[in-house]
Amino acid sequence: MSGFFTAIVEAVSAILGIIDPLCGPIGIFNLFAGGTLLACGNAGWGDEIAFGFLVTASLAIATLPVGLVAGFFIALAKQSEEKSLRLSANIYTTLFRGLPELLTLFIVYYGLQILVQNLAAALGYGGAVEINAFFAGMIALGVVFSAYCSEVLLSAFKAIPRGQYEAGYALGLHHGRTMRLIVLPQLIRVALPGLGNLWMALLKDTALVSVIGLPDILRQTGVAARVTKEAFQFYAIACLLFLVLAFLSSLVFSAIEGWAKRSEVAR
Amino acid sequence: MSVVTTLIPPQAPPEAPPKPFTASRFFGNIFMGVWLALTVGVFLMIVGGWDPEKFTRYGPSYLSGLGVTLLLVGLSVVLGGLISLPLAFARMSKNPVFSWLAYGYVYFFRGTPLLTQLFLVYYGLGSFSAELKAWGLWWFFRDAWNCALLTFTLNTAAYQAEILRGAIESVPRGQHEGADALGLPKKVAFFKVILPQALIVALRPYGNEIILMIKGSAIVAIVTVFDLMGETRRAFSRTFDYQAYLWAALLYLLMVELLRNLWAWLELRLTRHLKR
Repeated sequence: MSGFFTAIVEAVSAILGIIDPLCGPIGIFNLFAGGTLLACGNAGWGDEIAFGFLVTASLAIATLPVGLVAGFFIALAKQSEEKSLRLSANIYTTLFRGLPELLTLFIVYYGLQILVQNLAAALGYGGAVEINAFFAGMIALGVVFSAYCSEVLLSAFKAIPRGQYEAGYALGLHHGRTMRLIVLPQLIRVALPGLGNLWMALLKDTALVSVIGLPDILRQTGVAARVTKEAFQFYAIACLLFLVLAFLSSLVFSAIEGWAKRSEVAR
Repeated sequence: MSVVTTLIPPQAPPEAPPKPFTASRFFGNIFMGVWLALTVGVFLMIVGGWDPEKFTRYGPSYLSGLGVTLLLVGLSVVLGGLISLPLAFARMSKNPVFSWLAYGYVYFFRGTPLLTQLFLVYYGLGSFSAELKAWGLWWFFRDAWNCALLTFTLNTAAYQAEILRGAIESVPRGQHEGADALGLPKKVAFFKVILPQALIVALRPYGNEIILMIKGSAIVAIVTVFDLMGETRRAFSRTFDYQAYLWAALLYLLMVELLRNLWAWLELRLTRHLKR
Protein backbone atom coordinates (compact mmCIF):
# COMPACT_ATOMS: atom_id res chain seq x y z
CA MET A 1 0.00 0.00 0.00
CA SER A 2 2.75 2.41 0.94
CA GLY A 3 4.57 1.69 -2.30
CA PHE A 4 1.47 2.71 -4.21
CA PHE A 5 1.31 6.11 -2.55
CA THR A 6 5.01 6.71 -2.96
CA ALA A 7 4.50 5.95 -6.62
CA ILE A 8 1.70 8.52 -6.80
CA VAL A 9 3.86 11.13 -5.08
CA GLU A 10 6.72 10.36 -7.45
CA ALA A 11 4.52 10.50 -10.55
CA VAL A 12 2.98 13.82 -9.53
CA SER A 13 6.35 15.29 -8.69
CA ALA A 14 7.78 14.11 -12.00
CA ILE A 15 5.03 15.87 -13.93
CA LEU A 16 5.22 19.02 -11.83
CA GLY A 17 9.02 19.04 -12.04
CA ILE A 18 8.72 20.15 -15.64
CA ILE A 19 6.62 23.21 -14.80
CA ASP A 20 8.13 23.72 -11.35
CA PRO A 21 7.65 27.39 -10.39
CA LEU A 22 10.38 27.26 -7.73
CA CYS A 23 13.21 25.20 -9.16
CA GLY A 24 12.25 24.60 -12.79
CA PRO A 25 13.97 26.09 -15.82
CA ILE A 26 12.37 29.47 -15.09
CA GLY A 27 11.98 28.88 -11.35
CA ILE A 28 12.12 31.69 -8.81
CA PHE A 29 14.98 30.09 -6.88
CA ASN A 30 16.98 29.65 -10.07
CA LEU A 31 16.43 33.22 -11.23
CA PHE A 32 16.88 35.20 -8.02
CA ALA A 33 18.69 33.00 -5.54
CA GLY A 34 21.36 31.35 -7.63
CA GLY A 35 24.33 31.79 -5.34
CA THR A 36 22.57 31.69 -1.97
CA LEU A 37 21.41 28.99 0.40
CA LEU A 38 18.30 28.67 -1.72
CA ALA A 39 20.09 27.58 -4.87
CA CYS A 40 18.79 24.45 -6.55
CA GLY A 41 20.74 21.24 -6.81
CA ASN A 42 23.53 20.27 -4.45
CA ALA A 43 24.61 23.85 -3.77
CA GLY A 44 21.57 24.88 -1.78
CA TRP A 45 18.22 23.91 -0.33
CA GLY A 46 16.03 25.19 -3.16
CA ASP A 47 15.16 21.83 -4.69
CA GLU A 48 14.45 20.22 -1.28
CA ILE A 49 12.09 23.04 -0.37
CA ALA A 50 10.46 22.89 -3.80
CA PHE A 51 9.84 19.18 -3.24
CA GLY A 52 8.31 19.98 0.15
CA PHE A 53 6.04 22.54 -1.52
CA LEU A 54 4.83 19.86 -3.92
CA VAL A 55 4.25 17.35 -1.12
CA THR A 56 2.21 19.86 0.88
CA ALA A 57 0.14 20.84 -2.15
CA SER A 58 -0.43 17.25 -3.26
CA LEU A 59 -1.36 16.13 0.26
CA ALA A 60 -3.99 18.86 0.49
CA ILE A 61 -5.26 18.15 -3.03
CA ALA A 62 -5.38 14.40 -2.40
CA THR A 63 -7.26 14.87 0.87
CA LEU A 64 -9.88 17.21 -0.57
CA PRO A 65 -11.95 14.70 -2.63
CA VAL A 66 -11.84 12.12 0.17
CA GLY A 67 -13.08 14.64 2.71
CA LEU A 68 -15.69 16.14 0.39
CA VAL A 69 -17.28 12.81 -0.55
CA ALA A 70 -17.22 11.53 3.01
CA GLY A 71 -18.59 14.84 4.28
CA PHE A 72 -21.41 14.76 1.73
CA PHE A 73 -22.56 11.32 2.82
CA ILE A 74 -22.27 12.24 6.50
CA ALA A 75 -24.41 15.31 5.83
CA LEU A 76 -26.97 13.06 4.12
CA ALA A 77 -26.86 10.69 7.10
CA LYS A 78 -27.45 13.58 9.49
CA GLN A 79 -30.73 14.52 7.85
CA SER A 80 -31.89 10.95 7.38
CA GLU A 81 -35.16 9.82 8.95
CA GLU A 82 -33.38 6.84 10.43
CA LYS A 83 -32.45 7.47 14.04
CA SER A 84 -29.43 5.18 14.21
CA LEU A 85 -27.89 6.74 11.11
CA ARG A 86 -28.34 10.26 12.50
CA LEU A 87 -26.88 9.26 15.84
CA SER A 88 -23.82 7.58 14.38
CA ALA A 89 -23.13 10.56 12.09
CA ASN A 90 -23.44 12.93 15.05
CA ILE A 91 -21.03 10.84 17.10
CA TYR A 92 -18.56 11.06 14.23
CA THR A 93 -18.67 14.85 13.99
CA THR A 94 -18.62 15.41 17.74
CA LEU A 95 -15.59 13.17 18.04
CA PHE A 96 -13.48 14.54 15.22
CA ARG A 97 -14.39 18.19 15.69
CA GLY A 98 -13.52 17.91 19.36
CA LEU A 99 -10.13 16.24 19.06
CA PRO A 100 -7.01 18.27 18.25
CA GLU A 101 -5.83 17.57 14.70
CA LEU A 102 -2.41 16.58 16.00
CA LEU A 103 -3.94 14.01 18.33
CA THR A 104 -6.13 12.65 15.54
CA LEU A 105 -3.03 12.31 13.42
CA PHE A 106 -1.17 10.40 16.13
CA ILE A 107 -4.16 8.20 16.85
CA VAL A 108 -4.56 7.37 13.17
CA TYR A 109 -0.83 6.90 12.61
CA TYR A 110 -0.11 4.65 15.59
CA GLY A 111 -3.58 3.09 15.62
CA LEU A 112 -3.31 2.09 11.96
CA GLN A 113 0.14 0.74 12.66
CA ILE A 114 -1.14 -1.45 15.51
CA LEU A 115 -4.16 -2.51 13.46
CA VAL A 116 -2.15 -3.46 10.40
CA GLN A 117 0.47 -5.15 12.53
CA ASN A 118 -2.14 -7.31 14.24
CA LEU A 119 -3.81 -8.06 10.92
CA ALA A 120 -0.50 -9.05 9.38
CA ALA A 121 0.33 -11.18 12.40
CA ALA A 122 -3.03 -12.91 12.08
CA LEU A 123 -2.27 -13.63 8.43
CA GLY A 124 1.08 -15.11 9.37
CA TYR A 125 3.37 -12.18 8.54
CA GLY A 126 5.61 -11.37 11.47
CA GLY A 127 7.68 -8.45 10.20
CA ALA A 128 7.37 -4.85 11.26
CA VAL A 129 4.80 -2.79 9.38
CA GLU A 130 5.41 0.86 8.64
CA ILE A 131 2.47 3.02 7.66
CA ASN A 132 3.20 5.57 4.97
CA ALA A 133 3.14 9.08 6.46
CA PHE A 134 1.39 10.49 3.39
CA PHE A 135 -1.38 7.89 3.69
CA ALA A 136 -1.79 8.39 7.44
CA GLY A 137 -1.88 12.16 6.95
CA MET A 138 -4.43 11.81 4.20
CA ILE A 139 -6.70 9.67 6.40
CA ALA A 140 -6.37 11.88 9.48
CA LEU A 141 -6.84 15.17 7.64
CA GLY A 142 -9.62 13.65 5.53
CA VAL A 143 -11.47 12.53 8.64
CA VAL A 144 -11.20 15.98 10.24
CA PHE A 145 -12.12 17.70 6.98
CA SER A 146 -15.16 15.47 6.45
CA ALA A 147 -16.42 16.17 9.96
CA TYR A 148 -16.34 19.94 9.38
CA CYS A 149 -17.52 19.57 5.79
CA SER A 150 -20.62 17.66 6.86
CA GLU A 151 -21.64 20.60 9.07
CA VAL A 152 -21.15 23.10 6.24
CA LEU A 153 -23.10 20.93 3.81
CA LEU A 154 -25.83 20.28 6.36
CA SER A 155 -26.49 23.98 6.78
CA ALA A 156 -26.38 24.36 2.98
CA PHE A 157 -28.95 21.56 2.64
CA LYS A 158 -31.20 23.42 5.06
CA ALA A 159 -31.02 26.50 2.83
CA ILE A 160 -32.58 24.60 -0.08
CA PRO A 161 -36.38 24.74 0.07
CA ARG A 162 -38.45 21.57 0.08
CA GLY A 163 -40.18 22.74 -3.08
CA GLN A 164 -37.02 22.07 -5.06
CA TYR A 165 -37.16 18.38 -4.20
CA GLU A 166 -40.90 18.28 -4.85
CA ALA A 167 -40.42 19.94 -8.22
CA GLY A 168 -37.88 17.28 -9.10
CA TYR A 169 -40.24 14.47 -8.13
CA ALA A 170 -43.08 16.18 -10.02
CA LEU A 171 -40.92 16.08 -13.14
CA GLY A 172 -40.63 12.34 -12.65
CA LEU A 173 -36.98 12.33 -11.62
CA HIS A 174 -36.06 9.72 -9.07
CA HIS A 175 -34.23 10.56 -5.87
CA GLY A 176 -30.69 10.27 -7.19
CA ARG A 177 -31.28 12.41 -10.25
CA THR A 178 -33.17 15.03 -8.24
CA MET A 179 -30.14 15.25 -5.99
CA ARG A 180 -27.68 15.40 -8.85
CA LEU A 181 -29.50 17.69 -11.28
CA ILE A 182 -31.48 20.01 -9.01
CA VAL A 183 -30.18 20.03 -5.45
CA LEU A 184 -26.43 19.62 -5.89
CA PRO A 185 -25.83 22.65 -8.16
CA GLN A 186 -27.62 24.90 -5.68
CA LEU A 187 -25.90 23.21 -2.76
CA ILE A 188 -22.46 23.98 -4.18
CA ARG A 189 -23.35 27.62 -4.60
CA VAL A 190 -24.54 27.94 -1.00
CA ALA A 191 -21.74 25.89 0.53
CA LEU A 192 -18.84 27.35 -1.43
CA PRO A 193 -17.77 30.09 1.03
CA GLY A 194 -17.78 27.61 3.92
CA LEU A 195 -15.89 25.05 1.88
CA GLY A 196 -13.33 27.72 0.99
CA ASN A 197 -12.66 28.32 4.69
CA LEU A 198 -12.33 24.59 5.26
CA TRP A 199 -9.85 24.30 2.42
CA MET A 200 -7.70 27.02 3.99
CA ALA A 201 -7.84 25.18 7.32
CA LEU A 202 -6.88 21.95 5.56
CA LEU A 203 -3.94 23.65 3.88
CA LYS A 204 -2.69 24.86 7.24
CA ASP A 205 -3.27 21.51 8.92
CA THR A 206 -1.00 19.77 6.42
CA ALA A 207 1.93 21.35 8.30
CA LEU A 208 1.17 18.96 11.17
CA VAL A 209 2.00 15.93 9.04
CA SER A 210 5.66 17.00 9.12
CA VAL A 211 5.64 15.78 12.73
CA ILE A 212 5.24 12.15 11.64
CA GLY A 213 7.99 12.51 9.08
CA LEU A 214 6.38 13.53 5.80
CA PRO A 215 8.87 15.71 3.87
CA ASP A 216 6.52 18.68 3.45
CA ILE A 217 7.40 22.39 3.44
CA LEU A 218 7.86 22.64 7.17
CA ARG A 219 9.99 19.51 7.52
CA GLN A 220 12.24 20.39 4.61
CA THR A 221 12.78 23.96 5.80
CA GLY A 222 13.29 22.61 9.32
CA VAL A 223 16.04 20.29 8.13
CA ALA A 224 17.63 23.15 6.20
CA ALA A 225 17.36 25.39 9.28
CA ARG A 226 19.05 22.84 11.50
CA VAL A 227 21.89 22.21 9.07
CA THR A 228 22.61 25.81 8.10
CA LYS A 229 21.70 27.45 11.47
CA GLU A 230 19.72 30.04 9.53
CA ALA A 231 16.47 29.15 11.26
CA PHE A 232 14.74 32.49 10.88
CA GLN A 233 15.36 32.73 7.16
CA PHE A 234 14.14 29.23 6.41
CA TYR A 235 11.05 29.36 8.62
CA ALA A 236 10.21 32.75 7.12
CA ILE A 237 10.40 31.06 3.70
CA ALA A 238 8.08 28.32 4.99
CA CYS A 239 5.59 30.99 6.09
CA LEU A 240 5.92 32.72 2.74
CA LEU A 241 5.27 29.50 0.83
CA PHE A 242 2.15 28.82 2.88
CA LEU A 243 1.01 32.39 2.18
CA VAL A 244 1.58 31.77 -1.52
CA LEU A 245 -0.54 28.62 -1.32
CA ALA A 246 -3.27 30.52 0.53
CA PHE A 247 -3.17 33.34 -2.01
CA LEU A 248 -3.29 30.95 -4.98
CA SER A 249 -6.23 29.07 -3.52
CA SER A 250 -8.09 32.30 -2.81
CA LEU A 251 -7.69 33.14 -6.51
CA VAL A 252 -8.97 29.70 -7.52
CA PHE A 253 -11.88 29.96 -5.11
CA SER A 254 -12.98 33.35 -6.34
CA ALA A 255 -12.88 31.95 -9.89
CA ILE A 256 -15.01 28.96 -8.83
CA GLU A 257 -17.39 31.26 -6.98
CA GLY A 258 -17.77 33.36 -10.10
CA TRP A 259 -18.47 30.21 -12.10
CA ALA A 260 -21.03 28.96 -9.58
CA LYS A 261 -22.82 32.31 -9.57
CA ARG A 262 -22.76 32.80 -13.33
CA SER A 263 -26.53 32.44 -13.54
CA GLU A 264 -27.08 35.14 -10.93
CA VAL A 265 -25.01 37.77 -12.70
CA ALA A 266 -27.56 38.41 -15.40
CA ARG A 267 -30.28 39.23 -12.92
CA MET B 1 -87.50 -0.63 12.41
CA SER B 2 -84.32 -1.92 13.85
CA VAL B 3 -82.87 -0.44 16.95
CA VAL B 4 -79.32 -0.86 18.07
CA THR B 5 -79.46 -2.66 21.35
CA THR B 6 -75.86 -3.66 21.83
CA LEU B 7 -72.74 -1.66 21.22
CA ILE B 8 -69.73 -3.13 19.55
CA PRO B 9 -67.28 -3.91 22.35
CA PRO B 10 -64.13 -1.81 22.38
CA GLN B 11 -61.33 -3.37 20.44
CA ALA B 12 -57.59 -2.99 20.36
CA PRO B 13 -56.30 -0.77 17.55
CA PRO B 14 -54.95 -2.56 14.50
CA GLU B 15 -51.32 -3.49 14.70
CA ALA B 16 -48.85 -0.98 13.28
CA PRO B 17 -47.40 -2.14 10.00
CA PRO B 18 -43.84 -3.41 10.37
CA LYS B 19 -41.16 -0.81 9.73
CA PRO B 20 -39.70 -1.34 6.28
CA PHE B 21 -36.06 -2.39 6.34
CA THR B 22 -34.61 0.40 4.22
CA ALA B 23 -31.06 0.92 3.06
CA SER B 24 -30.59 3.80 5.49
CA ARG B 25 -31.70 1.59 8.37
CA PHE B 26 -29.25 -1.06 7.22
CA PHE B 27 -26.34 1.38 7.11
CA GLY B 28 -27.42 3.04 10.34
CA ASN B 29 -27.31 -0.31 12.11
CA ILE B 30 -23.92 -1.08 10.61
CA PHE B 31 -22.41 2.26 11.68
CA MET B 32 -23.90 2.00 15.16
CA GLY B 33 -22.40 -1.47 15.31
CA VAL B 34 -19.01 -0.06 14.33
CA TRP B 35 -19.19 2.62 17.03
CA LEU B 36 -20.33 0.04 19.58
CA ALA B 37 -17.50 -2.31 18.61
CA LEU B 38 -14.99 0.55 18.85
CA THR B 39 -16.30 1.58 22.27
CA VAL B 40 -16.13 -1.99 23.51
CA GLY B 41 -12.67 -2.37 21.98
CA VAL B 42 -11.37 0.78 23.66
CA PHE B 43 -12.97 -0.26 26.93
CA LEU B 44 -11.40 -3.73 26.74
CA MET B 45 -8.07 -2.15 25.84
CA ILE B 46 -8.21 0.09 28.89
CA VAL B 47 -9.41 -2.69 31.21
CA GLY B 48 -7.02 -5.26 29.74
CA GLY B 49 -4.01 -2.98 29.84
CA TRP B 50 -4.94 -1.41 33.18
CA ASP B 51 -1.83 -0.84 35.19
CA PRO B 52 -2.26 0.94 38.54
CA GLU B 53 1.44 1.70 38.62
CA LYS B 54 1.29 3.56 35.30
CA PHE B 55 -1.84 5.34 36.42
CA THR B 56 -0.27 6.62 39.62
CA ARG B 57 2.87 7.61 37.79
CA TYR B 58 1.36 9.34 34.76
CA GLY B 59 -2.04 10.41 36.14
CA PRO B 60 -0.72 13.46 38.01
CA SER B 61 1.43 14.50 35.05
CA TYR B 62 -1.67 14.41 32.84
CA LEU B 63 -3.40 16.73 35.29
CA SER B 64 -0.46 19.12 35.35
CA GLY B 65 -0.40 19.00 31.53
CA LEU B 66 -4.09 19.85 31.53
CA GLY B 67 -3.30 22.81 33.78
CA VAL B 68 -0.58 24.00 31.40
CA THR B 69 -2.92 23.73 28.42
CA LEU B 70 -5.69 25.65 30.17
CA LEU B 71 -3.32 28.35 31.42
CA LEU B 72 -1.74 28.77 27.99
CA VAL B 73 -5.09 29.02 26.22
CA GLY B 74 -6.64 31.24 28.86
CA LEU B 75 -3.74 33.68 28.98
CA SER B 76 -3.31 33.87 25.22
CA VAL B 77 -7.04 34.37 24.59
CA VAL B 78 -7.22 37.21 27.12
CA LEU B 79 -3.99 38.89 25.96
CA GLY B 80 -4.95 38.35 22.33
CA GLY B 81 -8.32 39.94 23.05
CA LEU B 82 -6.54 43.03 24.38
CA ILE B 83 -4.32 43.27 21.28
CA SER B 84 -7.24 42.61 18.96
CA LEU B 85 -9.02 45.82 20.03
CA PRO B 86 -6.56 48.33 18.52
CA LEU B 87 -6.02 45.91 15.64
CA ALA B 88 -9.71 45.84 14.76
CA PHE B 89 -9.88 49.63 14.93
CA ALA B 90 -6.81 49.96 12.74
CA ARG B 91 -8.42 47.57 10.27
CA MET B 92 -11.58 49.71 10.19
CA SER B 93 -9.79 53.06 10.17
CA LYS B 94 -10.01 55.38 7.19
CA ASN B 95 -6.26 55.92 7.23
CA PRO B 96 -4.92 53.55 4.53
CA VAL B 97 -1.60 53.06 6.32
CA PHE B 98 -3.23 51.72 9.48
CA SER B 99 -5.78 49.63 7.66
CA TRP B 100 -3.18 48.07 5.33
CA LEU B 101 -0.80 47.32 8.19
CA ALA B 102 -3.57 45.64 10.15
CA TYR B 103 -4.69 43.78 7.03
CA GLY B 104 -1.16 42.50 6.45
CA TYR B 105 -0.89 41.36 10.06
CA VAL B 106 -4.21 39.54 9.92
CA TYR B 107 -3.43 38.01 6.52
CA PHE B 108 -0.09 36.70 7.72
CA PHE B 109 -1.37 35.13 10.92
CA ARG B 110 -4.49 33.67 9.32
CA GLY B 111 -2.73 32.47 6.19
CA THR B 112 0.10 30.48 7.73
CA PRO B 113 -0.06 27.43 9.99
CA LEU B 114 0.24 28.03 13.72
CA LEU B 115 3.02 25.44 13.82
CA THR B 116 5.11 27.40 11.33
CA GLN B 117 4.59 30.60 13.32
CA LEU B 118 5.65 28.79 16.48
CA PHE B 119 8.81 27.51 14.81
CA LEU B 120 9.51 30.97 13.43
CA VAL B 121 9.34 32.46 16.93
CA TYR B 122 10.99 29.66 18.89
CA TYR B 123 13.74 28.47 16.54
CA GLY B 124 13.86 31.49 14.22
CA LEU B 125 14.21 34.18 16.88
CA GLY B 126 16.43 31.78 18.81
CA SER B 127 19.03 32.14 16.08
CA PHE B 128 19.32 35.85 16.98
CA SER B 129 20.35 35.01 20.53
CA ALA B 130 23.30 37.41 20.49
CA GLU B 131 21.13 40.40 19.55
CA LEU B 132 18.42 39.33 21.98
CA LYS B 133 20.97 39.04 24.77
CA ALA B 134 22.20 42.53 23.92
CA TRP B 135 18.67 43.87 24.23
CA GLY B 136 18.06 41.94 27.43
CA LEU B 137 15.20 39.92 25.95
CA TRP B 138 16.91 36.57 25.88
CA TRP B 139 15.40 35.33 29.16
CA PHE B 140 12.00 35.60 27.49
CA PHE B 141 12.74 33.88 24.19
CA ARG B 142 14.88 31.18 25.77
CA ASP B 143 11.84 29.52 27.27
CA ALA B 144 9.60 27.50 24.97
CA TRP B 145 6.57 28.32 27.11
CA ASN B 146 7.05 32.07 26.63
CA CYS B 147 7.49 31.62 22.88
CA ALA B 148 4.33 29.53 22.71
CA LEU B 149 2.42 32.15 24.69
CA LEU B 150 3.69 34.95 22.43
CA THR B 151 2.85 33.06 19.23
CA PHE B 152 -0.60 32.06 20.42
CA THR B 153 -1.36 35.58 21.61
CA LEU B 154 -0.35 37.12 18.28
CA ASN B 155 -2.23 34.43 16.35
CA THR B 156 -5.47 34.65 18.27
CA ALA B 157 -5.26 38.46 18.19
CA ALA B 158 -5.48 38.30 14.40
CA TYR B 159 -8.51 35.98 14.48
CA GLN B 160 -10.22 37.95 17.26
CA ALA B 161 -9.64 41.22 15.43
CA GLU B 162 -11.50 39.82 12.43
CA ILE B 163 -14.31 38.56 14.66
CA LEU B 164 -14.60 41.93 16.36
CA ARG B 165 -14.50 43.84 13.09
CA GLY B 166 -17.19 41.64 11.55
CA ALA B 167 -19.36 42.05 14.63
CA ILE B 168 -18.98 45.83 14.83
CA GLU B 169 -19.68 46.21 11.13
CA SER B 170 -22.77 44.02 11.46
CA VAL B 171 -24.44 46.60 13.73
CA PRO B 172 -26.84 48.49 11.47
CA ARG B 173 -26.14 52.12 10.53
CA GLY B 174 -29.36 53.21 12.13
CA GLN B 175 -27.93 52.42 15.56
CA HIS B 176 -25.10 54.90 15.00
CA GLU B 177 -27.56 57.47 13.72
CA GLY B 178 -29.90 56.85 16.64
CA ALA B 179 -27.06 57.42 19.10
CA ASP B 180 -26.09 60.59 17.24
CA ALA B 181 -29.67 61.80 17.29
CA LEU B 182 -29.77 61.36 21.06
CA GLY B 183 -26.70 63.58 21.26
CA LEU B 184 -24.50 60.86 22.78
CA PRO B 185 -20.78 61.48 22.53
CA LYS B 186 -18.91 59.08 20.22
CA LYS B 187 -17.30 57.20 23.11
CA VAL B 188 -20.52 56.66 25.04
CA ALA B 189 -22.31 55.68 21.84
CA PHE B 190 -19.68 53.07 21.12
CA PHE B 191 -19.54 51.51 24.57
CA LYS B 192 -23.26 51.73 25.42
CA VAL B 193 -24.91 51.23 22.05
CA ILE B 194 -22.66 49.62 19.46
CA LEU B 195 -20.42 47.29 21.47
CA PRO B 196 -23.16 45.46 23.43
CA GLN B 197 -24.94 44.58 20.20
CA ALA B 198 -21.70 43.65 18.47
CA LEU B 199 -20.61 41.35 21.29
CA ILE B 200 -23.80 39.33 21.04
CA VAL B 201 -23.05 38.74 17.37
CA ALA B 202 -19.44 37.93 18.23
CA LEU B 203 -20.30 35.50 21.03
CA ARG B 204 -20.46 32.37 18.92
CA PRO B 205 -17.30 33.08 16.88
CA TYR B 206 -15.45 33.81 20.13
CA GLY B 207 -16.50 30.41 21.45
CA ASN B 208 -15.31 28.75 18.25
CA GLU B 209 -12.01 30.60 18.51
CA ILE B 210 -11.43 29.41 22.08
CA ILE B 211 -12.20 25.84 21.03
CA LEU B 212 -9.80 26.18 18.09
CA MET B 213 -7.14 27.50 20.46
CA ILE B 214 -7.60 24.55 22.84
CA LYS B 215 -7.22 22.17 19.91
CA GLY B 216 -4.38 24.16 18.39
CA SER B 217 -2.50 24.33 21.68
CA ALA B 218 -1.63 20.63 21.28
CA ILE B 219 1.17 21.60 18.91
CA VAL B 220 3.25 23.22 21.67
CA ALA B 221 4.20 19.66 22.59
CA ILE B 222 6.46 19.70 19.53
CA VAL B 223 8.57 22.55 20.94
CA THR B 224 9.00 20.74 24.28
CA VAL B 225 6.30 22.43 26.32
CA PHE B 226 4.73 19.77 28.52
CA ASP B 227 1.08 20.54 28.08
CA LEU B 228 -1.52 17.77 27.94
CA MET B 229 -0.24 16.61 24.56
CA GLY B 230 3.37 16.85 25.68
CA GLU B 231 2.73 14.73 28.75
CA THR B 232 0.89 12.26 26.53
CA ARG B 233 3.82 12.01 24.16
CA ARG B 234 6.20 11.56 27.08
CA ALA B 235 4.04 8.81 28.56
CA PHE B 236 3.76 7.11 25.16
CA SER B 237 7.47 7.28 24.46
CA ARG B 238 8.20 5.65 27.82
CA THR B 239 5.53 2.95 27.86
CA PHE B 240 4.64 2.42 24.18
CA ASP B 241 1.11 2.05 25.46
CA TYR B 242 -1.51 3.22 22.97
CA GLN B 243 -3.82 4.03 25.88
CA ALA B 244 -1.81 7.19 26.52
CA TYR B 245 -3.38 8.78 23.45
CA LEU B 246 -6.86 7.55 24.32
CA TRP B 247 -6.75 9.23 27.73
CA ALA B 248 -5.59 12.48 26.14
CA ALA B 249 -8.38 12.21 23.56
CA LEU B 250 -10.89 11.78 26.38
CA LEU B 251 -9.61 14.84 28.23
CA TYR B 252 -9.58 17.02 25.11
CA LEU B 253 -13.09 15.89 24.17
CA LEU B 254 -14.28 16.64 27.69
CA MET B 255 -12.81 20.15 27.57
CA VAL B 256 -14.25 20.97 24.16
CA GLU B 257 -17.70 19.56 24.91
CA LEU B 258 -17.92 21.35 28.26
CA LEU B 259 -16.96 24.63 26.62
CA ARG B 260 -19.40 24.06 23.77
CA ASN B 261 -22.27 23.42 26.14
CA LEU B 262 -21.30 26.35 28.34
CA TRP B 263 -21.32 28.56 25.27
CA ALA B 264 -24.71 27.27 24.12
CA TRP B 265 -26.10 28.06 27.56
CA LEU B 266 -24.45 31.47 27.57
CA GLU B 267 -25.89 32.32 24.20
CA LEU B 268 -29.38 31.23 25.23
CA ARG B 269 -29.10 33.32 28.38
CA LEU B 270 -27.67 36.46 26.76
CA THR B 271 -30.10 36.55 23.84
CA ARG B 272 -33.26 35.89 25.84
CA HIS B 273 -34.46 39.45 25.28
CA LEU B 274 -34.29 38.89 21.51
CA LYS B 275 -36.72 35.97 21.56
CA ARG B 276 -40.15 36.53 20.16
